[in-house]
Amino acid sequence: MLREDALEAVYPRLKSQVVVTIMGAVAVELYNLGHQPNFFYLEHGMGLASSMGLGLAVSLPEEKITVLDGDGSVLMNLGSLSTLARYSPPNLTHWIFDNESLLSVGGFPTATGAGTDLAGIAEKAGAEHVALADTVEDAEQAFNEASEREGLSIIVSKVEAIGPSSFAMDINLLENRFEFSRYLRGLVG
Amino acid sequence: MPVSVNNSEIIFAALKSAGITLLSALPETWLVHVMQMAEDDPDMTLIRLNKEEEGVGISTGAHLAGRKSAMLMQNHGLLTSVNGIVSVAQLYRIPLLLVISYRGEMGERDPWQTEGGRITEPLLRALGIIYRKLVDPETVAYEIKQAQTLAESSLRPVALLLTRDLMWEE
Repeated sequence: MLREDALEAVYPRLKSQVVVTIMGAVAVELYNLGHQPNFFYLEHGMGLASSMGLGLAVSLPEEKITVLDGDGSVLMNLGSLSTLARYSPPNLTHWIFDNESLLSVGGFPTATGAGTDLAGIAEKAGAEHVALADTVEDAEQAFNEASEREGLSIIVSKVEAIGPSSFAMDINLLENRFEFSRYLRGLVG
Repeated sequence: MPVSVNNSEIIFAALKSAGITLLSALPETWLVHVMQMAEDDPDMTLIRLNKEEEGVGISTGAHLAGRKSAMLMQNHGLLTSVNGIVSVAQLYRIPLLLVISYRGEMGERDPWQTEGGRITEPLLRALGIIYRKLVDPETVAYEIKQAQTLAESSLRPVALLLTRDLMWEE
């Protein structure tokens, strides 16, 4: 499966959620589908997108929060899977796209290609709901289920190590930050 | 355990008065009472971390949603959080209140704390983080309020160092 095909399939639903992506290919692919004020692209701080999702989820209990993460970032902050499972915010979906590669920095292989099982780690960290979704159809179904259920949902999708032809995004990171924050504060009122 | 309960209460009350409703923390001897107060207070959300840097992400999410938060940690937790502080909180201009127990300074008896103590203030200066050392319980509420005010106006991390004189009674 291509990550961008999965994203395209769930894009209509993502538009109504608060979304945080990691840097690189995921950010660009979501941006290219159509930027929204409720989309935030964390362009650095590898590993912290899931922690940001937790902070958003406990601060915006009425909203659905989705973090679009990657294997390289999750491996850098594995403890976060345990913290997410410990607090299990009912409104958080943590979707990990596992391409077994640090694609955006040259495609070096990560440990998931050598046997590290992120879904297994999430389960053993105590996450109540871990889904595997390696086809577009399964991805759409897993994301729909995650969006409708009350509880922390973790989705792990194996994807091909293919990214966009260009990483250019016509949005300054502070512009993104302030637009996103203004949007969220409007939700809270 | 001779950690000051009174001064821990003053710190916790001051954090609440500054509007903080979310604390992310990793246990440390000097912080046990403050953490317990946070755990017991229904108006405070406490998130116990596995590693301090997670707290930078949590506070960033909270801030963007309009919620005031702080990180509670030992100075060695500051050391493990440096990349998050630089490449999230400073890059994205997040007002991040860092409340740090200052181990390894004058009077420290644990050898393993001394290297962290030696470089805490130079590190904060290198990061360009404005900080104060909290020594006198009489000024704690004022200093916490001032620090939160500066964090919010500058949209940057600000640090408070909880000293041995404030936290330890013997």
